[in-house]
Amino acid sequence: RGLLTRLNTPICIVCYLAAIVWFMGLAFEPFTLRTDMSENAMGSTMVLLRGASAVPRQGVRSSQKTGAVSTWLVKAMQSRGLEVFTQSFSRKLPFPDENKERYMVRGTNVYGILRAPRAPRTEALVISAPCSPGDSNNQAVGLLLALAQYFRNQVYWAKDIIFLVNEHDLMGTQAWLEAYHHTNITGMEYSPLQGRGGSIQAALSLELSSDVITSLDLILDGLNGQLPNLDLANLFYAFCQKLGVLCTIQGKLQRNDWDTAEGYTHAAQTMMLMVLKQACGRSWGDHGLFLRYHIEAASVRGINSFRHYKTDAATIGRLLEGMVRKLNNLLERLHQSYFFYLLPSLSRFVSIGCYMPAFGLLVVILLLRALDLWVHLGAPALAAVEGVTEAQQPSGPAVLTVLTPVVISHLTGVALYLLPVHLQEMAVEHFPVSETEAVVLTAVAIYTTGLALPHNTQRLLSGEGTEQGWKVLKLTALLYLAVLLGCTALINFSLGFVLAVTLVPITASMTPHMPKALSALVMVLLSPAFTILYCVFIYQELIEAPVSVSEGWMLFLSVISQGILDHALYGSLVYPLLALFIYPCWLMFWNILFWS
Amino acid sequence: MAAPLTLLLIVAVTIRAVLFRSSLAELISARVEVVSPLNAWKRVVEGLALLDLGVSPYSGDVFHETPLMIYLFHFTVDYAEIVFIVSAYFFRKQKYALESDRYSADCLELLRSPKEMFYIPLKVAMFYLLNPFTILSCVAKSTCGLNNAIIALFIFCTLKGSALLSGILLALATYQSIYPLTLFAPALLFFLQRLYIPVNLRRSSFWFFTLQYAFMYVGSLVVITGLSFFLLGSWDFIPSVYGFIFSVPDLTPNIGLFWYFFAEMFEHFRLFFSCVFQFNVFFYTIPLSIKLKEHPVFLIFMQIAIISIFKSYPTVGDVALYMAFLPAWSHLYRFLRNIFLVSCVLLACSALFPVLWHLWIYAGSANSNFYYAITLLFNFGQVKVFTTTWLTNCEWKNRWRNKVSLFINLY
Repeated sequence: RGLLTRLNTPICIVCYLAAIVWFMGLAFEPFTLRTDMSENAMGSTMVLLRGASAVPRQGVRSSQKTGAVSTWLVKAMQSRGLEVFTQSFSRKLPFPDENKERYMVRGTNVYGILRAPRAPRTEALVISAPCSPGDSNNQAVGLLLALAQYFRNQVYWAKDIIFLVNEHDLMGTQAWLEAYHHTNITGMEYSPLQGRGGSIQAALSLELSSDVITSLDLILDGLNGQLPNLDLANLFYAFCQKLGVLCTIQGKLQRNDWDTAEGYTHAAQTMMLMVLKQACGRSWGDHGLFLRYHIEAASVRGINSFRHYKTDAATIGRLLEGMVRKLNNLLERLHQSYFFYLLPSLSRFVSIGCYMPAFGLLVVILLLRALDLWVHLGAPALAAVEGVTEAQQPSGPAVLTVLTPVVISHLTGVALYLLPVHLQEMAVEHFPVSETEAVVLTAVAIYTTGLALPHNTQRLLSGEGTEQGWKVLKLTALLYLAVLLGCTALINFSLGFVLAVTLVPITASMTPHMPKALSALVMVLLSPAFTILYCVFIYQELIEAPVSVSEGWMLFLSVISQGILDHALYGSLVYPLLALFIYPCWLMFWNILFWS
Repeated sequence: MAAPLTLLLIVAVTIRAVLFRSSLAELISARVEVVSPLNAWKRVVEGLALLDLGVSPYSGDVFHETPLMIYLFHFTVDYAEIVFIVSAYFFRKQKYALESDRYSADCLELLRSPKEMFYIPLKVAMFYLLNPFTILSCVAKSTCGLNNAIIALFIFCTLKGSALLSGILLALATYQSIYPLTLFAPALLFFLQRLYIPVNLRRSSFWFFTLQYAFMYVGSLVVITGLSFFLLGSWDFIPSVYGFIFSVPDLTPNIGLFWYFFAEMFEHFRLFFSCVFQFNVFFYTIPLSIKLKEHPVFLIFMQIAIISIFKSYPTVGDVALYMAFLPAWSHLYRFLRNIFLVSCVLLACSALFPVLWHLWIYAGSANSNFYYAITLLFNFGQVKVFTTTWLTNCEWKNRWRNKVSLFINLY
């Protein structure tokens, strides 16, 4: 027991540093594994790609209005021999989206089904191109139509192919998927689908904004940090190599010099970008919503980076044709390769067995601290005759001192979750701000009000704080945080890791006996809100578009509003997790700091 | 004592009422850790609907409750939530009452200060009413709460000394699910101890009382079974309820140990393995009764723990039942070495159950092995609690015996 107490702090510090070093070391190439195809049905990439080169493409004219676009699309798809159906949907946003400034979003999805000529209609593949009025993504729709025409003439299709053109990006996809699977988890109103294929095995989403493409970017991060099977990424990479197309991940090209410092930093930057994108829990491409229904999906985005070497549309057509033919060969859903991985580059990956120990080391710190506290709590009472006051059931008055901060912290968390959206009308009446700003600023205000709580609760309790009280509270809070971070890391490793890196040092070392002003400052600087702020700045640095402080602050506010919106629209779990669990946990430690 | 208890009751009822009305209620009643095919509310509603249509509720292999239960709900189906909250309240009252009068009969109280003893009934009440497991079970309207109430009433009547009522209630509990049969031995031992009849197989008074009690128990069981037959007019309920419990045909994952094994094994060996698994539950009665014949109340606790861990369809409501008894043995806490680690394991497992279920069923990234691993860890933690309590009880008894002999030697 004495050993545990003496070595506790050194072990904790060693564990923390080891975790950070391990995590950064994951990007070092010898520690990663080479990606290769695990699914046997997709073995060789030997498909003869005759390509869509002979078929002229037609971009969507950007001057057309919404209704006209969908009628034109219906005609275009019908003329190519697909079964065409439309679906209309509408959704009332909780507050106006700051990009589009409206409450009600209405749209129409158009999709055409290419039936497999000789197979029973039990499985389907989806190729989607988000299309909104305006210039964005008109090339992708053209490519889609060209592919449809080419595919119609082939006889080897074993699965139905659904060509989906959805409006309003993620909302259209969400409406279509919900209607397809007969669920309604986000409260969207949609008209039911008239035509269906079988169960969807895989999906690809195309985003091509210009007709000059120099490289293709693969986007894998989906909603709540869910990733498609690694085989899909392997497939894409294999075809890019075969056809000589430049492919990137996180917008960065691969480098071959892993033993130099630049090579390593490049890989580390790619990996950090993936971690940050996964941690924020939103879907970075239309494919992200497919993952929730156990459909492996990825987004392919064409990038024009003004290189000399340009890829022509025919090659991209052949690439997509190859990928869809390979997916056509699947006997069962992709499951052979990893579902949990990090990609420092497209050809190397880090599996869950490699990256989990980094997180495990951080949680071990919390458990060691908890064990240490338990020993301290149990030790003096062992000598007493009345029996042990142990953490599970302290006697009457002591329960109240521990229970009060817990209850108040969680009530603040509930307020942080519910009030910003509900009080926006009231805020707009009294202050000259727009609704979006009202929501975000209310959230920030409630967050800051929580900081003032310990002084008020102490007054309520009329000075019941004892030495043992804060230890019991800290023990409960440490275990709570450990379980919370563990569950988060299982579902979304990046979110769990990012939160652990900032929360573990302050929570493990927090006692009321530390210098109040300094530790209060440190605690606030490492609180969840500031973690988000740092992540925004780091993300901007990594995508090579660094921002100034004021711009960063505006980005931070927009991130919060996007988080709240994502939760309301698509069921993203990051905002409720932070508001209802992480923030109350942090508040409990804040209470411990001001325990008197 | 009345004021804190009333406050506790108000808090507990408020929490349950709030959760009943919220959208979480449906979510909770679908969780496999909280409801099992034996006690799910959905199935009770299904059985009621079949009964209203004039069809036997046991046709179709959906309904596995006993006929008395279905008639109880026939009359109270609209007030089902109130029934569950009231049963939780009665359970509380029984626990509270039994704790407060238990220690006049038991010799264990001497090592505890009176102040602590005063708080024990309140602690037991708190442990049961505010246990998240019981709250979840009540909000899911699982009939496990009613079963727990019957067992609590049985313990209450046993401790009060009324053999007839105890026999009737035990028969009712056995009728609901077979496993409380093992509680016959500790109840018998308690009565023998109370009436100062030594447990000696050669004494006629021992056999006389045993036969009396057994007659009351078996008689009530026969009466209740006959009543069920007359209510429904057929013997359908016996294979549907008891056959279902023993043969374990439904392999929905739950927090028990049966489903994974039975999902994997060949049909040929199924009978053998179900016999082995069921035998495991009943096997510990005789050795434990022999060892603990002077401590029948502790034996009841041990038996309930064994039933909750090894029964064929456990749920968290069963776990909450024996956990609520833990404060009654708070004098053992001083010797419980691993309790911190074990309770961390149980806490972590309870949190990981829904996470791994989501990853397995919805995200498709995990598979049944992950979920079963957590189930195994959870049951291992429970067995650790059980064995640690048992061992510390033995150690405590030895110390107590040494102290008493020292005391006697001094004089």
